Amino acid sequence: MTFQRLWARGAIYIVLLCFAAYYLMPIYLLVITSLKTNAEVNIDWMWRLPNGIHFDGINQAWPRVSANFINSIIITVPAAIISSFIGSINGYIFSKWKFRGSNTIFILFLLGMFLPYQGILIPLVQTLMFLHLYATIIGVIFVHCIFGIPITALMFRSYFAGVPSELVDACKIDGSGFFGIYRYLMLPIAFPAFAVVLIWQFTTIWNDYLIGLVVLSNPLLAPINVAVQNLAGTYTTQWQVQMSGALIAALPTIVVYLALGKFFMRGLLAGSVKG
Amino acid sequence: MQTTNGRAVSGDSGIAAVAPASRARRRLSWLRGDRALAVLVLSPSIIAVAVFIYSFILWSFYISTVKWNDFVPNYTFVGLENWITIFSDSRFLTDLRNLVLYAAGFMSQCIILGFILAVLIDQKITGESIFRTIFIFPFAVSGIVTGVAWRWLMRPEAGLNLLFHSVGLDFLRSPWYTDPNTGILAVSVAGAWQFSGYVMALYLAALRGISNDLREAAAIDGCNTFNLYRYVIVPLLTPTTFTAIVLTGMGSIRVFDIPAVIGTGAAFGADAMANYMFTLTFTSLKYALGATIASVMILLSAFLVVPYLLSMRREAEQ
Repeated sequence: MTFQRLWARGAIYIVLLCFAAYYLMPIYLLVITSLKTNAEVNIDWMWRLPNGIHFDGINQAWPRVSANFINSIIITVPAAIISSFIGSINGYIFSKWKFRGSNTIFILFLLGMFLPYQGILIPLVQTLMFLHLYATIIGVIFVHCIFGIPITALMFRSYFAGVPSELVDACKIDGSGFFGIYRYLMLPIAFPAFAVVLIWQFTTIWNDYLIGLVVLSNPLLAPINVAVQNLAGTYTTQWQVQMSGALIAALPTIVVYLALGKFFMRGLLAGSVKG
Repeated sequence: MQTTNGRAVSGDSGIAAVAPASRARRRLSWLRGDRALAVLVLSPSIIAVAVFIYSFILWSFYISTVKWNDFVPNYTFVGLENWITIFSDSRFLTDLRNLVLYAAGFMSQCIILGFILAVLIDQKITGESIFRTIFIFPFAVSGIVTGVAWRWLMRPEAGLNLLFHSVGLDFLRSPWYTDPNTGILAVSVAGAWQFSGYVMALYLAALRGISNDLREAAAIDGCNTFNLYRYVIVPLLTPTTFTAIVLTGMGSIRVFDIPAVIGTGAAFGADAMANYMFTLTFTSLKYALGATIASVMILLSAFLVVPYLLSMRREAEQ
């Protein structure tokens, strides 16, 4: 019996380790290729570990994506902060100031979140041109903030729904109004929600390709993922360059994920609507 | 319910309830003071969503009925001409087939892998958080990065085929994305690599929500592990499976980044609808045809999402 149990436990670990190897395989390839010398980059040696730590690939990729890396920071950081702030107010209203039709409006927000962006690309470009925001960094930030409205409202709404209504009522008796309750009751306890939403928005916006591609047609202004895709298109044979570019593009979100995985997990569950 | 609550607490609405106010005033009573302020503060977001999502969708549908297939906008109404053109376009028809294949591959991989991983991780594993971190982390990586890595993994003369050859598993070698008929299935492998951890997280959260009493009761009734999952756990996970189906279905319709890196493949075997929409619109400048594909994508998504949100709404009201 115990032997059988031991065997079953062992089998579970072996299966899990195989899956872990599968999930790590693409990243293994990105990392080892980026650390090889140009001479070591050869299809037949593709899976082999590098002879040492070299930065040939990174050194070739970095000058071609560094400007875009900075663009991505300039886009992602303000867009994540602004959309989190908007989300916190909207979530506060959807959870604590329900009015006639607010649930319907909320459902319509969610519906908008699910629909594919391709469905609105042409009018988006026309509108941004009309507003003189097309092909500008401000324009991309603006678009990310708007498309972040549904998901951020959803996440903050579920968080604030956990705040007892008695507390809100107590604040009202104490004379706090709409903004007072937000400022003195909700904001001080909203740190975990802000962490979840900021990380979620940071990851989503950093990893965006489509919006950056459409709105920032200028390659100098393009975000990192657009630049990496361009590398993949131009350096078809020097694959250490594209792989290093991909690694550079993935690094910030991987670091955030490894450092703040707990909040990332919570975002995952909140983002599925059910959470 | 909310108004009764407010009336019991704050003074002014209490007076409104006592005074025989006119019906119109009472109807508007919910829109006074702080609640009016709340609506006011929310309104820019409502307007933004209404304009940037809903009116844009309508506008896309409108553009699909005009003549604008050129650099210069031309709003001459042509009826269903673009729709007829698109539905007799061979690349679009290939993309439709690819959508079915991708959805079949992507959804089944995500749901099966996600479920298996969640069940395995739920077995009180040492190092659970390490495994969880590994399985979910591809979701933190962009579609472009995923595409770059998998393009090399699935290159016929390199990557996985090389690995299979070196360990003597040559029968596993495959043309991957270069296959003109099933290339998109290779793309779905990359997509599922990225998304299955997310599905695992959903299932894991649901599994953790099932009380141990239930498992114990089933064990006392003589239920073995397989039957426990077959008759107790899987049925209890139905709502999660429903969520996973909707999310992965949406992911199948909108997939864009990974095919953008991998390319259209041979005879558009690895092409996705979103990529054709993009090329048609922003490279060929055939705006009306692009808008037609956009409209098709919106309609397909609406079929998936609207029932989902309606069911959620009913649940929330209960």
